[in-house]
Amino acid sequence: MHELGITQSIVDIAVRTALEQGATRVRSVTVEIGELAGVVADSVAFCFEACRAGTLLEDAELIIEAIPGKARCSGCGAENPVDQYTFACPACGAFTLERLQGEELQIREMEID
Amino acid sequence: MCTDCGCSPADPHHHDHDHDHDHHHGHAPLPRTLRVEESLLAKNDRLAERNRGRFSAFRLLVLNLVSSPGSGKTTILERTLADLGKELSFAVLEGDQQTANDAERIAATGVPVKQINTGAGCHLDAHMVGHGVDAFDLAATDILMIENVGNLVCPASFDLGEDHKVAVLSVTEGEDKPLKYPHMFRAADLLLINKIDLLPHLRFDLEKCKTFARQVNPGIEILELSCQSGEGMEAWYAWLRSRVATKKKPSSPQPSSL
Repeated sequence: MHELGITQSIVDIAVRTALEQGATRVRSVTVEIGELAGVVADSVAFCFEACRAGTLLEDAELIIEAIPGKARCSGCGAENPVDQYTFACPACGAFTLERLQGEELQIREMEID
Repeated sequence: MCTDCGCSPADPHHHDHDHDHDHHHGHAPLPRTLRVEESLLAKNDRLAERNRGRFSAFRLLVLNLVSSPGSGKTTILERTLADLGKELSFAVLEGDQQTANDAERIAATGVPVKQINTGAGCHLDAHMVGHGVDAFDLAATDILMIENVGNLVCPASFDLGEDHKVAVLSVTEGEDKPLKYPHMFRAADLLLINKIDLLPHLRFDLEKCKTFARQVNPGIEILELSCQSGEGMEAWYAWLRSRVATKKKPSSPQPSSL
């Protein structure tokens, strides 16, 4: 359950940023979670309820944007969608995939008053 | 990575933020949207870099041992410390949710050890390690071994400032673990396949296991060993010696002693 710590980071970063901006409350936080990042979005949403209590995010909406995985095969050059259990290039079968997208794990933006 | 222009957070490039609602007209402020673009692991990564800087100042080899519970991490450490303790100086950080049992086993070898209990926590993080090593004389240490909490999932995501993650997989666990827990085996530079003395009693396909590990991580090094029979331990020790030697080697040519 490292999602609890990850979710606490969302709240910590959002509170710090909100205070820097002189905000009185946070309406929403948008986070990007790549599908290859090893973080379960549903667990983050679940933990968010607990982590936001008593903070400027008390009523905030958590918007999770899932970033699909994409990889390029350094052998044949094909670019294909991949999930975290894709190890072989879907085009040529070689185990030489380089991940291009899907490992994101960040707060992208937030809406404050 | 930034989704607007593809720059990495380290790039010296700042985005224009939206200041549409900065004017004050005496009414309730309108909601504003702020770009944040901060990694959720930023705090851990910052602390890990701080650890790494401190370790490299002492030319310390730091290994983060990761595995499922019961794979034999502590036994590998005990045997390694017993066999190499006269040749190299070690310090050990022991991570477990509860008990100091592992630290007591390491302490019995005479090597400095510090137990970190994470309680409900499922992994060590860079903050715990940064404080944990305060217990050691790093200047007098060649290798810092960090035994992570037994867990094939969460420790993969947390950089502690180590040089290498070393994954341990015992042959009683099944050869398909690299496929089931790819995140961990991708993160590791070395895989120790442990308890190979038990192979005659099991239907564990060693070659298949290695193939799976390389499918997940083509660059992973693999060593097979048994702490009971001693088979394969020399290759592990040679790996450690060569990494320590690389650490100690001055990165720039030594000034001539003319």
